[in-house]
Parts: sequence; C-alpha cells; structure tokens
Amino acid sequence: MREITYQEAIREAMSQVMREDERVFILGEDIGVYGGAFGVTRGMIEEFGPERVRNTPISEAAIAGAAIGAALTGMRPIMELQFSDFVTIAMDQLVNQAAKIRYMYGGKASVPMVVRAPGGSGTGAAAQHSQSLEAWLAHVPGLKVVQPANAYDAKGLLKAAIDDNNPVIFYEHKLLYSTKADVPEELYSIPLGKADIKREGSDVTLVSTGIMVQKSLTAADVLAKDGIQVEVIDPRTLVPLDIQTIVDSVKRTGRCVVVYEAVKRGGYGAEIASLVAESEAFDFLDAPIIRLGGKEVPIPQSPELERHAVPQVEDIVEAIRNMMQKA
Amino acid sequence: MWLIRLFDEKVDEMFAKGLIHGTTHLCVGQEATPVAACAALLKTDKITSTHRGHGHCIAKGADVSKMMAELMGRVTGYCKGKGGSMHIADLEEGNLGANGIVGGGIPIAVGAALTSKMMKENYVVLCFFGDGATNEGSFHEALNLAAIWDLPVIFFCENNQYGMSGSVKDMFRIQDIADRALAYGMPGHVVDGNDLEAVYDVVASAVARARSGAGPSLIEAKTYRWKGHSKSDGRKYRTREEETAWKAKDPIERFKNRLIDEGIATEEQLNDLKARAKMEIERAVSFAESSPYPTLEMLEEDVYAH
Repeated sequence: MREITYQEAIREAMSQVMREDERVFILGEDIGVYGGAFGVTRGMIEEFGPERVRNTPISEAAIAGAAIGAALTGMRPIMELQFSDFVTIAMDQLVNQAAKIRYMYGGKASVPMVVRAPGGSGTGAAAQHSQSLEAWLAHVPGLKVVQPANAYDAKGLLKAAIDDNNPVIFYEHKLLYSTKADVPEELYSIPLGKADIKREGSDVTLVSTGIMVQKSLTAADVLAKDGIQVEVIDPRTLVPLDIQTIVDSVKRTGRCVVVYEAVKRGGYGAEIASLVAESEAFDFLDAPIIRLGGKEVPIPQSPELERHAVPQVEDIVEAIRNMMQKA
Repeated sequence: MWLIRLFDEKVDEMFAKGLIHGTTHLCVGQEATPVAACAALLKTDKITSTHRGHGHCIAKGADVSKMMAELMGRVTGYCKGKGGSMHIADLEEGNLGANGIVGGGIPIAVGAALTSKMMKENYVVLCFFGDGATNEGSFHEALNLAAIWDLPVIFFCENNQYGMSGSVKDMFRIQDIADRALAYGMPGHVVDGNDLEAVYDVVASAVARARSGAGPSLIEAKTYRWKGHSKSDGRKYRTREEETAWKAKDPIERFKNRLIDEGIATEEQLNDLKARAKMEIERAVSFAESSPYPTLEMLEEDVYAH
C-alpha cells in the first residue's frame, strides 16, 4: 500500500466519487484554480471543470443554501468552508434549514450534502481562524458530525459522508493535512457511527477525536514506559456516536479520560463522559471520569500561548499519571 | 383566488375558536400574487415559499384537505402534523417548502435552480419572499450567486408593506425594492400585485427568460395583507383608513368585475366558483377533524434519512 497525506486522501475520495456519480459536485470559495485555502481541491478543476468544481463568491449563507437546494432536488453537493469558524455565517442554513428539512416535512425530503470544515488551532491564525465548533453542530438533531483522525479514516469516512442521505459536517483538522498514512487506492467506505480502537490497553480508556488521537497515541507510548497500558478509542463520528465501544472498554479498564481540542466547557467530551457515567460502565469505574479540553479562552496567536490553550501530549500524560496514582 | 381567501378566512376563524394550535400567517388580500405567479409556471417548475405560504401552496396545486390536516396537527397532513402552517412542503407538486426563517428559502431556491442547470432538467424555480426578507443577508448573497451563474430562478417579492410591524416606509430608503436588481446585474420589475393579469405577464416573461438560459429576474409585486402579521397582532402600527383604502383594491373583486364587464363570465358563474371553493374548504375541515393525531412513536421518526 502507498502512503498519502490526509489532504490527498480527501481529494482522492472526492475525485473518485465524482468520476462515478455525476450528481456529486463541490462548491466553495477559491476551490478552483487556487485549489482551496488549504490546497485540498488542487487540480480538481482541471479534471472536472468549473461546472462541478464551482468557485463561489465569499457568501457562506448562499453557498450552504445553494448546497441544500441542490441536495433537495437530487444532487449530492460537497461544500467547502475555508475555515470551520465561518460556519457561523452559514449557521441559519445549516441549523434551521438543512438539519430540519427532513423532519419538518414529515420525512418526504432529504438533504444529502457534506460540509467540509477545516478546524482547529496550531497555525498561528488566532481566534477567528482556529476554533473547534463541532459541539455546536453535534447539538442539532438532523446533522451528523465526523472528525477523521488520519488519512485512511479521512478517505473512507468522506466516501460514507457523501453517500449518506443527511447533511454531514466533516470536520478536518488543519494540522493533519500533511500527515501521512497507508491508504488504499481503491474507494472504500468507513461506516459512520463505528468507533475505532486505535491502540489496545488494559488500564485506562482514552477517548479522543481528530488531532487529539495522534496526541493520545504519543501519550500512550510515553505511559507504556511507566507500565500504564492505555486504550485509545477514536469514535470517528460524534453523531452518530458509537458509545457502546467506549462503554465496553471502560468496563475492562475501569478508567476513562476524554480529550478534545474544543473549549472544555460545553464541549462534546462532556457528552461522552456523561454517557459513560449513565451506562453500565459506571459500576466498573475506579476513578472519576476526566475531561481534558481547550482552555476557556479564544485561541491566541502567540505560539506558546496558542500551544497552552489546547491539550498537549504532556497534559494527557500528566492527567493519566495522576489518575493512576490516586487509584 | 377564492380557495385561498376562504381557506385563510376559515383558518382565522378556527384559530379564534381555539381549534388550531400554534401560529399562522394569513395572506388574505394578497391572493393575486401566488395565483398569477404559479399560473405562469409549468407543473414541473418549482417554488420555495415563506411563513405566509398558504396561498403559494394552494396555487402550486396542493390539496387543501392535507393542508388543513397539517395545520390541525393531524397525521394525514402534508408533514404528518410535524411542520404546521410555516413548514408545508409538497415536493410532488414542485413546492420545495415554506419557511419559518425570513429569507431562509432564498438561497435554497438558488440551489434548486443549480440542479436544473447542471442536470439540464429545464425547470425554473420561483422563489417567494416578502419585503422584510430583502433586508436579510441571504437575499443579497443568493441574488448575487444566481446572477453570476445565470441560474433559472425568479425572485418574487410580495411587498405587502409590512415586515411584522415594520412599515416599508421606515425600513427602506428606496421606493422600489426591485431597484436592488440593478446591484446584481439582473432585470428588476415593479408590478401591481393586486392585478392578476399584470402579475402573470411579468412573471411569464421572467420565466421565459430563465428557461432560455438568460438568468434570474427580480420582481416586486406591491400588495397588502388585510390581516395582522400573525394571530396575536392588534395592528396598532397602521391606520384603519389605510386598511380600508387597500381593501378597495381587492384583487378578487377587481378580476371578477373585469371578467363580468368583458363578458368572459357571468356573476352567477363566478358565484358558483366561490360556492365550490367554500364546499372544498368545508370538506377539508371535516377531513382534518376526523383524522388522527400522529402517534408518539412518530416523535423520533424522520430526524435522519436512511
């Protein structure tokens, strides 16, 4: 198998699906000759032309609304937000329209669309270009939310998101774009709602998504040297959420840590922690469930401040060491 | 037009009696715009509608029984009783849905027109909205997108003079909303929205333009809603003199008088039409009243498509 980057995996999934299905097209700002803000669509306009790789004005509400209208009438659009922060400008369309159309029309309509949203900090772009807003979107019934952690997952999950008959928010982390993994050349699908055990372990269940999966795996390597065996679970999709895989793991390990980059308060980690606490795994817990999330600040530009605004490997290591000492 | 007026008058009466739950926005007095605009469309063409959408829905071919059942929260309604007055869709007749968000449907109409163009389906989309929506960002973004992509969409503004209590005199520094078309490079037309034939003519030419691939148009039809914004509105923001003056321009009476004056129809024939419409509304009420409510098992259905 060959190694390709996360960015290439996303492009490859879109291109392969577009070759098979004429209903699939992409729209967004600067996605044409420019190739998108992060180069994800680079070269696609040459193959598919400006009709299917539709460069739009800077108009997030219109882009989202146009995607909804197209999806409602038989297309399968993929819209690219330049930065996930700009979802705020498309929020009415996504929250009041896309998410609710099927339900409020009594199941007679569906909105099969994908919103690709580059999120997360680490680029020095500061508060309006670095957020992780997935919890807002996961809160809304009718939307699905995906957070791929590596190139392999990105390709398979994107294929599944495009095939899905619902609006799917596909949250890409900008720092993952250049990371590589083994990715099959052929198109494949990873079902939405199926967690992946990224590393097996017996002492602690560490649940994380997106960029935090990589940090969690690194932390697990460090902790393994202390004899602490960490199981790293990546739900891959927040909605639908495979809570059972997490619960089963916590029943084996007796401990649960949830790590996410978004602001800790009101973040999706609170949801996972609560679901574990409400489950049969509660009786197996040897310690309180811990959440590690971003600090309750806008993301600052200055490098050290930015680094400290979100959980890092050392924070995960420290939290788990403390948890084990208390046991 | 009679079917629309009698439907909304019946709904008004039923709300007053507490027979319908929720809220509603009546289009009494504005019947000419939906009827004329939809008459200029083919069955395969599509519309998007607004929170004041009963007229659009009926004019595009909806069954008033299923509409009444929807308003009464019954399972036989267009949306199984889950949408209510503001969220009726009838995809089979090309009604892509009403909308509770002012301006929310405008970009969606653009997307539906994009499908028509990309798949060469040759339908046009007529997008209804009110004067208030034209101060929303979605209006401006959507018009620009439709213009640069030459999409087959007609932006149809029913200027009924008020966005809730906000008079167009206070909310605009321009006389004609249609002037905004200039900013997006598309034709803009002002038409008397209470003149059925005038509305038909201007929409028909915009439809022909859209279907030929020449792109979108903006039409502003000046009209008036006789009732308040919604059921709880005391109409303190306008005078009764103003209401009376507009009622004298009743689109139904006006068209009726023309048909009689020109010998196209007799008063008797037209009264018969009204009586038939009235019977259809009575049947709708009976149908709705005798229909069951959705079961509790349906609460969690249809959130996601499979």
